[in-house]
Amino acid sequence: MMITVNEQTVYCYTNSRDIDPAKPSIVFIHGSGMDHCVWTLASRHFARHGNNVISLDLPGHGRSGGAPLATIEAMADWVIAVLDTLKIEQAALVGHSLGSLIALESAAAHASRIRAIALVGTTSPMPVSDAILDAAKANDHSAFDMLTQWGFSKRHQFGGNRSSGIWMIGNTLRLYEQSRPDVLFHDMRACNDYQSGIEQASRVTCPALLLLGAEDRLTPVRSTQALQSALTSAKVEVLPGSGHTIMVESPNAMLDALHQVL
Amino acid sequence: MAASDYPGLDTLALHAGAQPDPATGARATPIYQTASFCFPDSDHAASLFNIERAGHVYSRLSNPTNAVLEERIAALEGGVGAIATASGQAALHLAIITLMGAGSHIVASAALYGGSHNLFAYTLPRFGIETTFVDPRDPQAFAAAIQDNTRLIFGETLGNPGLDVLNIPAIADVAHQAGLPLMVDSTFTTPYLIKPFELGADIIQHSATKFLSGHGIVIGGLLVDGGHFDWEASGKFPTLTEPYEGFHNLIFTEEFGPTAFIQRARKEGLRDFGACMAPTSAFHILQGIETLSVRMNRHVDNTREIVNFLMEHPQVDRVGYPELEGHPDQSLAATLLPKGCGAVFSFDLSGGRPAGIAFVDALNVFSHLANIGDAKSLVIHPASTTHHRMDAEALAAGGIGEGTIRLSIGLEDVKDLIADLKQGLRAAGKAAGGSRS
Repeated sequence: MMITVNEQTVYCYTNSRDIDPAKPSIVFIHGSGMDHCVWTLASRHFARHGNNVISLDLPGHGRSGGAPLATIEAMADWVIAVLDTLKIEQAALVGHSLGSLIALESAAAHASRIRAIALVGTTSPMPVSDAILDAAKANDHSAFDMLTQWGFSKRHQFGGNRSSGIWMIGNTLRLYEQSRPDVLFHDMRACNDYQSGIEQASRVTCPALLLLGAEDRLTPVRSTQALQSALTSAKVEVLPGSGHTIMVESPNAMLDALHQVL
Repeated sequence: MAASDYPGLDTLALHAGAQPDPATGARATPIYQTASFCFPDSDHAASLFNIERAGHVYSRLSNPTNAVLEERIAALEGGVGAIATASGQAALHLAIITLMGAGSHIVASAALYGGSHNLFAYTLPRFGIETTFVDPRDPQAFAAAIQDNTRLIFGETLGNPGLDVLNIPAIADVAHQAGLPLMVDSTFTTPYLIKPFELGADIIQHSATKFLSGHGIVIGGLLVDGGHFDWEASGKFPTLTEPYEGFHNLIFTEEFGPTAFIQRARKEGLRDFGACMAPTSAFHILQGIETLSVRMNRHVDNTREIVNFLMEHPQVDRVGYPELEGHPDQSLAATLLPKGCGAVFSFDLSGGRPAGIAFVDALNVFSHLANIGDAKSLVIHPASTTHHRMDAEALAAGGIGEGTIRLSIGLEDVKDLIADLKQGLRAAGKAAGGSRS
């Protein structure tokens, strides 16, 4: 559905359902340069299981208007504004990569509004290489290529998708290609600049899940130690064989894991 | 890391879509010869039916062996997804019924495989879909034929049997300016010789029976989605952009983004029309694809030698191969098909129909049959076989004459193929009453 947030028309997928105040709500937040499509399987699943699902297109992404927001903090505030618009008092947040930082920041800065968080393909801090930042700043296609290749485990460079007939490398690349100019750079820079993640994680009190890919090359498991230590409420699940793009590489295992906190 | 670090075509031809079998460690892709798949529990079953989990329900809809083939062709073509179908014709039909219904219109090249021509000219009109055929060498003819109800532009990368080279970039521009997708049949060329998505095409169809499988042992088709076409911006494709009552008002573009077309094709067309591929067929096609570039290289090398032989033969009036001087598409072929123009071509024998019949009957190494793309060399007389339903005017529009012979050059020693052609030409000369040898 199209909604107005901060005087800007934006889109969120709701499985074609109205928000029911009697149901628990789950907000899905995509990663850099992506849109709500990455959450289709998960949002359909949790909608059938009695939840309001709100799969966002961040400002400037997908079907949403506006310019991309500059910082993780601004994006977290925007997510809360979405909840306000939809008259949702409290929600669980599921975020991937960039989206995971937004979920983390939201849970720390707006604790009363967030009942649980699931951080998928995450780490903090989340430094982005100069090669990607420079390419993204130049709107060079190589930024999409680097993120697509590094975003999948080595074994999944050859596919092996559990969803029949979909070449996940090609589909991911096409999603990047559909992003508007400069959007990827804004997202990557926001990830790179967000330095308060560990401090904010220590403030989170709601149930949390860290869902990590054992073969993640963008946010490797070994880089998450500080986050795991700070986020004391978190369960940690490492999915074997999966890279960074967990929603695509391990869709069924991700659903099973999400049920731990949703 | 740069784009060139993606696995190359040969590596993808061997590995894309496949992982060692998790149950047994089998390196080759197993044939999952089963109709159905067990559900671990009721909620899992419900989640599969509601597109919440990845997995298989029933082999008409998806099958693990077929899935490897589908990913492999999508990877080789640079697309987002694919569907394996019972035949190439099933793939073409699946695309059409996914995109349009009664009252729609197609603009198609006039130089088509006879089976495709039959579908467009005779069968689809019974279901309310009309086709205008145009000169494949004239992009403006495609533009001029577009109507308000046109929903697809269609052509073959190399027209059958005249080898008209489809100007994919120019015709894609025409299609896209009209908010329409361009679909190409790339059966003759395979992703080894041309990558239509990189040139602007939106949908690719293959008869995998031909060069992809490569050994003349299986019937199968593949439908590949490039994922580039903006169905919503076009506004002409409600099957993809409006709620689908047949699947709980699912809007395919909204939920699947770049894969909307191929998802709808599977969730509706494959489900309801049921022209699925048998898993054993998928296995055979996978074996063929593993050696695609090795075979295509040899196919093209042999073809070039035979083309040169025929060019110099006095009983041959014309050889239609786009690499030849004077071929109307020579320049375009050099640009779009630098690795070669395939291994199927036609030539005209002097002496007309009697010479053609005598020629075909005299060959020993070449097999007289209705197929192309076999490892073995093949020959056929189109006017009396593959294109026999076309009237004289339609034949001429496709560049076919009564003495036209079509060859599909295989992988034999080329000296043996040329020797076979020589004795065929001697027989043709006698039948035509001439003394040439």
